[in-house]
Amino acid sequence: MKNSKQPVGAHYGWKDWMIQRVTAAVMLVYSVLILGFFLVHGTVAFADWKQLFQSQLVRILSLLFFFAVFYHAWIGVRDVLMDYIKPFFIRLSLQVAVCLFLIVCSIWTVSILWSN
Amino acid sequence: MKFQILRFDPDVDQKPYFKEYDIALEPSDRMLLDALIRIKSIDDTLALRRSCREGVCGSDAMNINGKNGLACITKVSELKEPVVLKPLPGLPIIRDLIVDMTQFFQQYHSITPYVINNDPAPEKERLQSPQDRLELDGLYECILCACCSTSCPSFWWNPDKFVGPAGLLAAYRFIADSRDQATNDRLDNLEDPYRLFRCHTIMNCVDVCPKGLNPSLAIGKIKEMMVKRAV
Repeated sequence: MKNSKQPVGAHYGWKDWMIQRVTAAVMLVYSVLILGFFLVHGTVAFADWKQLFQSQLVRILSLLFFFAVFYHAWIGVRDVLMDYIKPFFIRLSLQVAVCLFLIVCSIWTVSILWSN
Repeated sequence: MKFQILRFDPDVDQKPYFKEYDIALEPSDRMLLDALIRIKSIDDTLALRRSCREGVCGSDAMNINGKNGLACITKVSELKEPVVLKPLPGLPIIRDLIVDMTQFFQQYHSITPYVINNDPAPEKERLQSPQDRLELDGLYECILCACCSTSCPSFWWNPDKFVGPAGLLAAYRFIADSRDQATNDRLDNLEDPYRLFRCHTIMNCVDVCPKGLNPSLAIGKIKEMMVKRAV
């Protein structure tokens, strides 16, 4: 016989809730800064863009932004999967897939930002 | 006045269907509940719950033209025709406009909806300062009509795991109560990705509450308290 009990009470949640807000703030600040760069420069040529990303600070801020995007996306997508995907095994598989995908994206982001 | 009412009798019908009514209202039929009682006098097979007929008991909650509300305090003059009436969404239909509220009340009971205080009971009553009492305004008025929880998509998808806006409003009513001593246990009980954090603050609950309450605000305060006790 299959155990039909529905366990609830994982005792986590506030950290994700908090991180989602903090990452949103990081994304907002970075977006405003980049928008400001475009507004100041008018037309941005490839050379300006390349020069901007020569700065270590810009690279680090960009990395922070992308990490914020990926973490924010992880919590959001996980929540959607928790809402809509009922079969446990499919939900777990999808969550692992999303997680791995975002880790790959993070590594790729580092390699792009520090490439010449 | 024209009505379309979702009818379902599990003994006879395979699935719910809409039945149309075109009735002449009397001048005294000012609220939707009056109109429904008028319809029932013509077709007594129509099943609905009602009791106090003045927005206090919460029995006649239903989906009125796509929005949950209480029939007894909804003016017919403000309704667009045909008035489409459905039972509260997301809960199993027992018959016509009557739904099975078991899951809703299970969630309500899961938050221990009573003051927990282990001090010896005083001779008369546990007093509160006027300021402490003020904290309960906007919380204690809930009549458990289920309009909010059954308009919440998170409750539709996880009614067995998500406490829902009504239950969480009640939870905060006891967390905020100066006489209650179980705040920590209550926060422990709610700290869960399903029980509390299914709320994504879309605020359908606030939009429909017939008593004008704000469950989203109460839920936000619970989350805030969780962060405060941890940081």
